[in-house]
Amino acid sequence: MAQTTTWTKKDLTGIETLSRAEIEFLFDQAEKFLPALAPGKGLDLMHGRTVVNLFLEPSTRTCTAFEISAKKLGAEVVSINTTASSLVKGETLRDTAMNIRAMGVDAIVIRHSSAGAPRYLGEVLDISVINAGDGAHEHPTQALLDAFTLKQKFGKVEGLKITILGDILFSRVARSNIHCLSKLGAQVTLAGPATLVPLSLAQAFPQVRIVHDLKTALSDADAVMLLRIQHERQTTTHFPSLAEYTSQFGLNAERAAWLKPNAIVMHPGPINRGVEVDSEVADGPRSVILEQVRNGVAVRMAVLHLCTSALKR
Amino acid sequence: MNHKNILLVRGARVIDPANGRDEVADIFVKDGKFVAQLSAEETKQAQIIEAKGLILSPGFVDLNCRLGEPGRSARETFRTGTLAAASGGFTTVVTMPDTIPTSDNVGTIQLIRELCAAHAVVNVLPASTLTKQQEGKALAPMGSLKKAGIIAATDTTSGVQNNEIMRRALEYANTFNLVVLDHCQDSSMTEGAQMHEGTWSLRLGLRGWPRAAEEIVVSSDCVLASLTKARIHLQHISSAGSAEIIRRAKANKLPVTAEVSVLHLLLTDAALAQYDTRLKVNPPLREESDRAALIAALIDGTIDAICSDHSPCTSTEKDCEFDLAPFGAATLETAFAAAYDALVATGHLDIKLLITRLTSGPAKVLGIDAGTLSIGAAADFVLINPKTSWTFNNENQLSKSGNNPLFGKTFTSRIQSTFVAGKAVISDSKPVL
Repeated sequence: MAQTTTWTKKDLTGIETLSRAEIEFLFDQAEKFLPALAPGKGLDLMHGRTVVNLFLEPSTRTCTAFEISAKKLGAEVVSINTTASSLVKGETLRDTAMNIRAMGVDAIVIRHSSAGAPRYLGEVLDISVINAGDGAHEHPTQALLDAFTLKQKFGKVEGLKITILGDILFSRVARSNIHCLSKLGAQVTLAGPATLVPLSLAQAFPQVRIVHDLKTALSDADAVMLLRIQHERQTTTHFPSLAEYTSQFGLNAERAAWLKPNAIVMHPGPINRGVEVDSEVADGPRSVILEQVRNGVAVRMAVLHLCTSALKR
Repeated sequence: MNHKNILLVRGARVIDPANGRDEVADIFVKDGKFVAQLSAEETKQAQIIEAKGLILSPGFVDLNCRLGEPGRSARETFRTGTLAAASGGFTTVVTMPDTIPTSDNVGTIQLIRELCAAHAVVNVLPASTLTKQQEGKALAPMGSLKKAGIIAATDTTSGVQNNEIMRRALEYANTFNLVVLDHCQDSSMTEGAQMHEGTWSLRLGLRGWPRAAEEIVVSSDCVLASLTKARIHLQHISSAGSAEIIRRAKANKLPVTAEVSVLHLLLTDAALAQYDTRLKVNPPLREESDRAALIAALIDGTIDAICSDHSPCTSTEKDCEFDLAPFGAATLETAFAAAYDALVATGHLDIKLLITRLTSGPAKVLGIDAGTLSIGAAADFVLINPKTSWTFNNENQLSKSGNNPLFGKTFTSRIQSTFVAGKAVISDSKPVL
């Protein structure tokens, strides 16, 4: 099929602003990068470019994945974490970013606890800004790698039934996935306790189904995406305890048996074993968790390559 | 005597809601007060202002604003803030007590009065806190504060979270005939909240601020008004539910009044789609159904007054992540013009009603002799050009702030002149130096 879409965005701040054609274009690019994941197969498409990972909220996996992605493309990478950053000294985000920009950087990958921060930075800066997670807003590369993995497993995303289970209210992964999966034609079900999966989500995202009964949520799903229970983020008002959460919504072997035979289990990591998912399931045949991690590198390579290529030279 | 003490304003459409007037007439001012007529001799001496085609209204009364001082002079000063007020048509403003130091003591109120006597160009009526340090624990010395010159008492955005303290504060303030202004916010429901809880907060990933956080306090205030019989005025209400609770309270003859901020009449939470920090206000902008209900409540008298809720910030303070930006919008200069275009020009509201809610409505809440053209009253009035075109920009902004969300907008009506006690403060839409 002739590919007529081109990528013109210098920033990736969210999935909401992407079209289906752009998402599919990005997947085609990621597909081409998969062979480069093999040891010794790095590319030089970003040779001479510099990427700064500005992580103002703790993260190991996403930061590392972006670092590896940039390096696989031949770019130089500098990672700044929240404790090393001058932001703790009271410098504004604009000043920090302008200083990084002044040092001749091509792209900033930002993780920030404030929703909208990458978008703000994208307006301030004339270099690429990639959102690696902003508050409870979006985590676009996670959703892209999730959908890419689904496409790999099922051939296409269109028509799939996907259940996202857990803390939807505070989850940027859930928001990006709702946008991404809906744009690609999947049917999304959100499941969990009403405090974390309020009915009002159905007004904000009219295309989704809200289910509070776990069996109903699992029985017709092609894939279930588990979300990490972020006990450091929630106040005690949203659920009584981790044990209570696990007893009602944790995915154990018994509940996994409610899934269709070929249904898969996904998780953005890091996993709380024994909380939202039992080891038996996380390491079992349905689990595609490590494939997600691997695809994450290819997808982030595609994002970095396309966004920096869209910069005016 | 030079003619500056005598004014003859000719041929304006005079709208004076307090006296039920709406007619083309001449208005006379002598020694800073409205007079019924001038003698032949006085007419000869008078400064004559031709005002055909203009609307002459009492100066607006604002129940809710902040003017920076003391403590936040980078945001605004009494000079810049009152010039902004005057250019927006406001001649009397009530300032909130969340100053630095907090306006919970006689010394700070005296300082405000001294600064205003030296620098303010409109009447500034300071409010004190209800409780010491706005902490909601111990009552502020409202008797002494009244003597020092406060017009009202409020803990403003801290609210009073303890119902027993609120009850006693109402009773104590009532002893001195002080109206209590209450900012209705149950802070246990708004921790970390950034915007109205609804579809937009869910989409933007911002912590939601439910209507219930306001409505619960509006309800408890009505219950306490019934218990204490004390006057209570509900500040900048934002939800349809609040309006309905107040409507019922008024039907039950409770001594309750209410105001709405002009931004809540114009905009909804959808305006935050681009994370515009200038629209991060407290209470938050709500939904279209709320906006419609607030307009209806303004029309049927459930809401007595439109306030500016002018809360100046520097542009630097607002140039940051949404979560980190302070609440508040600067509004004094554009309040009338924006309300006129959004509500009057579109036919939702009669110009007379808009002026009522900006003049006699708020004056009645405070029980003061302002917002009227009555003979003998201070000659605070404005001339409005209802058919013009102007853009609010750097060239005409008088406020020191950098957070007016309507900056750059073009309006079809404009305050042409503002007079305070018969003296022109704004003329040709510019400050009189």
